[in-house]
Amino acid sequence: MNFGPQHPAAHGVLRLVLELDGEVIQRADPHIGLLHRGTEKLAENRTYLQSIPYMDRLDYVSMMSNEHAYVMAIEKMMGLEVPIRAQYIRVMFDEITRVLNHLLWLGAHALDVGAMTVFLYAFREREDLFDCYEAVSGARMHAAYYRPGGVYRDLPNQMPQYAVSPLRNAKTVNRQNQNRQGSLLDFIDDFTQRFPKYVDEYETLLSDNRIWKQRTVGIGVVSPERALALGMTGPMLRGSGVAWDLRKTQPYEVYANLDFDIPVGVNGDCYDRYLVRMEEFRQSNRIIKQCVDWLRNNPGPVITADHKVAPPDREGMKSNMEDLIHHFKLFTEGFHVPAGEAYAAVEHPKGEFGIYMISDGANKPYRLKIRAPGFAHLSAIDEMTRGHMIADLVAIIGTQDIVFGEIDR
Amino acid sequence: MSAKLDQLLSNLQTALGAKITQHILALDEVTIECQASDYLAVCQILRDDHRLKFEQLIDLSGVDYQDYGAEAYTGLRYAVVTHLLSVSLNQRLRLRVFAQDEHFPMLPTLVELWPVANWYEREAFDLFGIMFENHPDLRRILTDYGFVGHPFRKDFPVIGNVEMRYDPEQQRVIYQPVSIEARNNVPRLIRNEGAHAK
Repeated sequence: MNFGPQHPAAHGVLRLVLELDGEVIQRADPHIGLLHRGTEKLAENRTYLQSIPYMDRLDYVSMMSNEHAYVMAIEKMMGLEVPIRAQYIRVMFDEITRVLNHLLWLGAHALDVGAMTVFLYAFREREDLFDCYEAVSGARMHAAYYRPGGVYRDLPNQMPQYAVSPLRNAKTVNRQNQNRQGSLLDFIDDFTQRFPKYVDEYETLLSDNRIWKQRTVGIGVVSPERALALGMTGPMLRGSGVAWDLRKTQPYEVYANLDFDIPVGVNGDCYDRYLVRMEEFRQSNRIIKQCVDWLRNNPGPVITADHKVAPPDREGMKSNMEDLIHHFKLFTEGFHVPAGEAYAAVEHPKGEFGIYMISDGANKPYRLKIRAPGFAHLSAIDEMTRGHMIADLVAIIGTQDIVFGEIDR
Repeated sequence: MSAKLDQLLSNLQTALGAKITQHILALDEVTIECQASDYLAVCQILRDDHRLKFEQLIDLSGVDYQDYGAEAYTGLRYAVVTHLLSVSLNQRLRLRVFAQDEHFPMLPTLVELWPVANWYEREAFDLFGIMFENHPDLRRILTDYGFVGHPFRKDFPVIGNVEMRYDPEQQRVIYQPVSIEARNNVPRLIRNEGAHAK
């Protein structure tokens, strides 16, 4: 039987060819590639800077995490120092991105299994976080905010506010602007104080919900050994009880300075993975809070001063010949990365997202390989669904947190 | 960090010995290369040796080295690069193996060792045309049904060879040669002078 590609539970463009015995799945063969855009090939034909926006479009629900791995690979090869403030900003936005991603996962997963309300709740919070994205980068989703050597610009001192219009009267606008009076950091701080309550709300709706448990407990069980062999990473691996998180085990940026815990599951079923991700909400919230506190007290540069990589400021460019040359070279030819190869991985909300880059010294990468966590997870769907009913397949697709932008690349 | 990498390298040398044809320690990463004929044996040791324990195959990618570098490239053209991760010992390794035959690149499959290799090898086959011996299911994975060619090879144009459109006369979707022209505003450039000198 054909499942998808146009099916609301197929999360985009998954086409599954199922072999069934009655309602029991004997074999599941995913046909992927319907969203294949050849990002890796495109990157080989563009300068390093031009490929950053393509990274947003890989996993289009956790945009900045993708950028992070990409800029980290470039920084590793060039030996660039990232200012500490930029590192904190990156970590803060990585965690905001994790919350964004998990909110979409939670909403979609619950919707697939039959709970409509959670979806609406989740999107309410996503809206606030998109506003944070918009405040720093100007784009709600595809930010292109991380740059080799730092981030594009510092956090704004004023959070954008709603204005009165024929659609919104003064009373509504006042209410909407209540937490937007201060800077972006104040807005995020306000969010971190509200958010734990929201997570409690989701948990009230689901954690002890009889239907939710019937649909997820004991479904799609993966043992720790199989999870490793099947290349699972992130919450899929931790749900099976393997305490592995790159933020702890191979810390990058400033994760080593921050205080947070790694939740792990016990049974390796859909319900445990749900619990792991719910706890990650709370831990991410903790990290965001710590970053906000640090960023308030520590001003400084947010991008490297090496103008061979990062553009000089406008003022310098208009008054200083050398800065003008740097700017011109940077945005026409682009910078050159020394010959060699590097693999940089981040703990993406879905698992290990890695960029393997080969350079031959040119202004464009020679080869860019994107290691997408979803690709390995989806390849395990055959093993995970065997012997389950079709309805459980939907729960398993939900628990894998599949997004086709990264799988098809 | 580097003490740990040196330890890993010496462990690799004791476990694999002469099977390692080249080893590189750069940017806090260890890379080893081996012969295609030793590939399976090397991977078996990497996974099972108690000092190495690479339980996870993180990534497997094909590489086409045809246009590498500023001068004409003379080495073997196709390589498969695997990234391994040991969760228990917290270490990473990159393994590169070149396919000997340029016209029919073939390597043994790793599916028996790491089941996740199944899809990664299908991808490398689809995009680079690298064959994997004894692979249980070597079909195309990312490209269209009935696609011709291997798009990530360096001699495959970025704009592709064919485009698809709906033909109102035949009332079906047809393929035709591409109508767009390749456009490259920023030439690929390797500089060896000034700040970029070796």
